[in-house]
Amino acid sequence: MKGAEAIIKALEYEKVDVIFGYPGGALLPFYDALYDSDLIHILTRHEQGAAHAADGYARASGKVGVCVATSGPGATNLVTGVATAHADSSPIVAITGQVPTKLIGNDAFQEIDALGLFMPIVKHNFQLRDAKEIPETIRSAFNIAKTGRPGPVHIDLPKDVQEEELDLDIYPIPAKVELPGYKPTKMGHPKQIKLASSHISKARHPVIIAGGGVNIANATPELMQLAELCSIPVCTTLMGKGSFPEDHPLALGMVGMHGTKPANYAVSESDLLIAIGCRFSDRITGDINSFAPHAKIIHIDIDPAEIGKNVRVDVPIVGDAKLILNNIVSNLIKMNMNNNGNREWVEYLQSLKKSCIPKMDYSDVPIKPQRIVKGLMNVIKELNIEKKSIITTDVGQNQMWMAHYFKTHFPRSFLSSGGLGTMGFGFPSAIGAKIAKPDFKVISITGDGGFMMNIQELGTIADYNIPVVICLFDNRTLGMVYQWQNLFYGKRQCSVNFGETPDFVKVAEGYGINALRITNPEEIEECLKEALLSDEPYLLDFAIDPSEALSMVPPGGKLKNIIDPITEHPNERIICFDEIKRRFLEKNSKNEDTPLEELSESEKDEGIKV
Amino acid sequence: MESIKSEKKEKNNETHTHIISVLVLNNPGVLQRIAGLFTRRGYNICSITVGSTESPNLARMTIVVKGNDKILEQVVKQLNKLIEVIKVSDLNINKCVKRELCLIKIHAPNESSKSQIIQYTNVFRGKIVDLSQESLTVEITGNSDKINAFVDLVRNFGIKEMARTGLTALMRGPKILKSKKS
Repeated sequence: MKGAEAIIKALEYEKVDVIFGYPGGALLPFYDALYDSDLIHILTRHEQGAAHAADGYARASGKVGVCVATSGPGATNLVTGVATAHADSSPIVAITGQVPTKLIGNDAFQEIDALGLFMPIVKHNFQLRDAKEIPETIRSAFNIAKTGRPGPVHIDLPKDVQEEELDLDIYPIPAKVELPGYKPTKMGHPKQIKLASSHISKARHPVIIAGGGVNIANATPELMQLAELCSIPVCTTLMGKGSFPEDHPLALGMVGMHGTKPANYAVSESDLLIAIGCRFSDRITGDINSFAPHAKIIHIDIDPAEIGKNVRVDVPIVGDAKLILNNIVSNLIKMNMNNNGNREWVEYLQSLKKSCIPKMDYSDVPIKPQRIVKGLMNVIKELNIEKKSIITTDVGQNQMWMAHYFKTHFPRSFLSSGGLGTMGFGFPSAIGAKIAKPDFKVISITGDGGFMMNIQELGTIADYNIPVVICLFDNRTLGMVYQWQNLFYGKRQCSVNFGETPDFVKVAEGYGINALRITNPEEIEECLKEALLSDEPYLLDFAIDPSEALSMVPPGGKLKNIIDPITEHPNERIICFDEIKRRFLEKNSKNEDTPLEELSESEKDEGIKV
Repeated sequence: MESIKSEKKEKNNETHTHIISVLVLNNPGVLQRIAGLFTRRGYNICSITVGSTESPNLARMTIVVKGNDKILEQVVKQLNKLIEVIKVSDLNINKCVKRELCLIKIHAPNESSKSQIIQYTNVFRGKIVDLSQESLTVEITGNSDKINAFVDLVRNFGIKEMARTGLTALMRGPKILKSKKS
């Protein structure tokens, strides 16, 4: 058997059912072996789309997503997607083709140092030098990707290794792999768990921050048990959205820069902060010195390096969130913990929550984004698909509007690029999510900027007829940048205006995809329903108010210092090519008049020599 | 509470020199993985030595780092996260054997300077490893202070060239760096 066939066999052994990829010269043996296999290959229109789709697949299902790209430019095109998965601890295996081993280092055609390129953005990577290494390497790669703190693993696959003969009877796929340097901790330290339980039982103003780790560990039931048992309010990070039902009386919404007032106040005034599977990024803490100033901090994380990295921690617990929360809850039950002590605190936060329910039922034209979010929630409820829908967002204002206003109730139902903040993530990740969960309705929320970064994937959903519904928050503006320029750079808008093109409906129609442009808020529900029920790819182009922005905490500010945005219509003027040409010609004509005067004597001499 | 916090901070901010011994799988690219980690996270390497160990599939790196407690904790934790790292230990500077090797080519055009350098070398238990009309090459081994002292001593003769290996170290006593990561 050839190496390439062994790779396919090894992938099948890992129960891989779908691969997202893009072929090329260095991967021809791999694709030849794929021809005889039952593995489904989704041909994306760009390698970045393949990486994001594999990532979306992994986030929606919890299984390892697989993406494949050829050597050189194929590998570099994967980089953004792999780095995105790394920042959000998403388990993917990325395979790149490589020039034959005897050509490595010779600057061969489409050669790049993929091992060095991916090293800083993956959990681990391998370069195969011999077909004999295939069974063990693929097994190790999947093991590393999905265990401990999950993350991307990259395998560099030279072409000759794919063609080399290999006998799987002599070098079988091992049932178990030994990685002497890799032993992730699962069980939390009993002493620390006891200490944490005692802190929780004594706290009067406790609050939980649930991060992406809760989603990854499938620890929602345990989290709810803890919160309800001790009446602890819960706020989430962006990545933690969905890990705690947002219609729950104890839910406070998202915390941080774009957090809700109750969440930010709760953290700032708490006496005990229980952080689960979150890494205290600058978007959560703001000014680190005034973050939760009165609180003892319990930090539960599977990655020991996250503990104490950004904030001081009083009780560190390393391990799997599900197991640890389970232990803490049973400890607290043993201690006869009741939830009376926090009543005042919970009531205070609930009244705060009531006092700042955001207005959403605008009937303005152009449409307010809040109105679309409300419409989406209405339709999801009406169609009774709350448990059967997945939202992916892009990055920027659309992401923050969704994070802020959209109520998510189930884990793994809100997918977003949190850590790296990758524009262009939303749409291709929705493709992966839909493939992972074919019976779910998948809605890709995106802005016009991010959508255009991977707009080519319209070809993928059209050709495979993947029924993803794209909701385009179309304001022809790079809204988040515009918002920051208004607030922090004296309204000096620079390079945020997209002008009037393209006509997204026509673009979609060019791919044979159904599309509607919606300018009237009355039509929102109706159009969403039509798109969701059609079971076909659909683009809904909502013309939204470009002046709309979101309140926020300035970067590095205190969490309680939430400032209102400046809502003015963008007014940046675009310079057209005619003017660029005129300016350049003008400049050049000036230069022609005085060419020698600006040269020094020595330069003139050199000029003569030449 | 505030005062306790600030006290803690001051303690953390003191910079110390640390010797970190790292046992790694002897795979291609492992040096880049370790060095890349230091660059990416902004940690400073004072010196790094790499060599084989008692086991052919393992290599030992001895890394000298300067930093406060918080940085050191992160260095050790981040190193531990690497799949190819078997074991990391922040060696206690007072309870380990440290050695560095240094080769120095010293300007010595006449007999008197030659004999003086040979005398100095003997005092420092070094060796003359090469000799020519105009120069002497001395090999000297020891901890960094001893080598610094010797370098200062012969500086006036004129140092033509010098090569230092950087520090390598092992714990004193029977304890070894072998156990699996916890």
